Amino acid sequence: MKDGVNGVALAVFIFFFLAVTVMGFLASRWRKAANENSLDEWGLGGRSFGTWVTWFLLGGDLYTAYTFVAVPAAIYAAGAAGFFAVPYTILVYPLIFTFLPRLWSVSHKHGYVTTSDFVRGRFGSRGLSLAVAVTGILATMPYIALQLVGIQAVLDVMGVGGGETTHWFVKDLPLLIAFGVLAAYTYSSGLRAPALIAFVKDTLIYIVIAVAIIYIPIKLGGFDEIFASAGEKFAQINPATDKPNGALVPGELGQWGYATLALGSALALFMYPHSITATLSSRSREVIRRNTTILPLYSLMLGLLALLGFMAIAAGVNVKNGQLAIPQLFENMFPDWFAGVAFAAIGIGALVPAAIMSIAAANLFTRNIYKDFLKPDATPAQETKVSKLVSLLVKVGALAFVLTMDKTVAINFQLLGGIWILQTFPALVGGLFTRWFHRWALIGGWAVGMIYGTAAAYGVASPTQKHFGGSSAEIPGIGEIGYIGLTAFVLNVVVTVVLTFVLRAAKAPDGIDETSPSDYTADAGDPGVKVELPPATAGAPGGH
Amino acid sequence: MSAVPEVPEAPEAPEAKAPVVTPVRVIIALCLAAPFVAMLWVGSYAKLEPTFIGMPFFYWYQMLWVLISTALTMIAYVLWQRDQRARKGGASR
Repeated sequence: MKDGVNGVALAVFIFFFLAVTVMGFLASRWRKAANENSLDEWGLGGRSFGTWVTWFLLGGDLYTAYTFVAVPAAIYAAGAAGFFAVPYTILVYPLIFTFLPRLWSVSHKHGYVTTSDFVRGRFGSRGLSLAVAVTGILATMPYIALQLVGIQAVLDVMGVGGGETTHWFVKDLPLLIAFGVLAAYTYSSGLRAPALIAFVKDTLIYIVIAVAIIYIPIKLGGFDEIFASAGEKFAQINPATDKPNGALVPGELGQWGYATLALGSALALFMYPHSITATLSSRSREVIRRNTTILPLYSLMLGLLALLGFMAIAAGVNVKNGQLAIPQLFENMFPDWFAGVAFAAIGIGALVPAAIMSIAAANLFTRNIYKDFLKPDATPAQETKVSKLVSLLVKVGALAFVLTMDKTVAINFQLLGGIWILQTFPALVGGLFTRWFHRWALIGGWAVGMIYGTAAAYGVASPTQKHFGGSSAEIPGIGEIGYIGLTAFVLNVVVTVVLTFVLRAAKAPDGIDETSPSDYTADAGDPGVKVELPPATAGAPGGH
Repeated sequence: MSAVPEVPEAPEAPEAKAPVVTPVRVIIALCLAAPFVAMLWVGSYAKLEPTFIGMPFFYWYQMLWVLISTALTMIAYVLWQRDQRARKGGASR
């Protein structure tokens, strides 16, 4: 790492940061609606976003700064295994094509803001709804914390992260400022702020990736050279594990892990509250379906980005903390001003998802804990107020988490979060297609999945950690190494099905379903579906 | 307290009485299922050769599938829209 502060890069970084801050505050005036004091406005941007805004918002939301740092870092450290992110994001879109439009329709019809709202409406069970809400909040918190890790990596490489001896306050000041600003405009503008900033973020990211993927290989002598030197590094034996450092293709043993990780992650992605928040903010059912056909553009970008991990090896980047590999590669390869653009892309890439995640977690708390259990007669204005405050609390919590605890704690929890959130799949996606599952059976399956997943993850050791050393373990009964989350999910489904048979035989009472079959296919503009906004000018549904 | 027993067996479009499984819908299902088969069968692409502009097969093949699956999802989308429009018989919209 170069000593001192990289002035030019820092100046460019600050320029972009100020620009998005202004945008964040101005966003509250963007497509302003008559009634600001409702959760639909603050927490879902008035449910008004069209195809392109949704595309930017979802892209900005799902492909986070942590993704940009962690995926190439995994490739840098171990090679092929880290590339699972590509099949994972390939599988997401055909999957959501089948169920997300149904969720959109039923949520639009009944005014649901969160997945737990839907689960409660469908199964008439506050307990199940609470389980889904708590899982969502627990899974989201560490994810927000990891966004900070992404910003920290960039600040470190720019030389403003401070050294070991720097006073903690001075060291963390840039991070505190960044988060303070983020908290302020999320509070005032709600989901409109990240939606507007996402334009800047994604544009920067696309430019940086396009330049990096052409410019760096030319400087390094082409992909032949890059993969040759990566292959050499991976072939060396690691003294800690007595095994090669990594591989360019997964071996026989790693293939189950690769496939189950891809599938499990794909199933889990749209269980995360922030994915659903961005989805429900779109204007019509068609917007969602159309987006499943254009979102894969991000997958392609992610694949190219992952290759940067190999380039970091070939460029001789040597960092202990793999998370710094990509920022360091940019610093070494690019002229200072463009390195600043790249860092800004990662930094802003952390702000957008962090804002959406905190809004999503706040909505869950407000709708499914505050309103359901604490104050059933809350008015929309009160709901909005609580949500705004909780969004602040969530961010402060994440910040405290990162500043006081070791980074690995956040990473461990995020890993657990992925396993946990997958356990809400049967209630949510199952509920979208059938009411056959019994509400108590779903709670039972969820509990079993959560307990098994947590216990199995606890038992995974790695050379550096005794517990939570990874997300893969032996699959009971099959004997191959696979993703714990997926094993827990299968267990969850089996328990749910068995319990449903038992409960139905015992004639356990069903909850009241407030939805009807036609709700799941309703589109904006259909009779009985209220129109919240005057018809927008561009792109009527079914236009092309 | 009525135990609503109705189970919407067919995931899609309960509004019409036309058959649930039609050739078009089978094609849609195949388009959506193909990426799962291709990507989860890791053994079929876990190899170095043939390389493309210096990139091992493993990497460029998966990135190629991003494009293939996009095309397949688009086909599914277009077919689905036609299917829905035909079912509604132009009654609404």
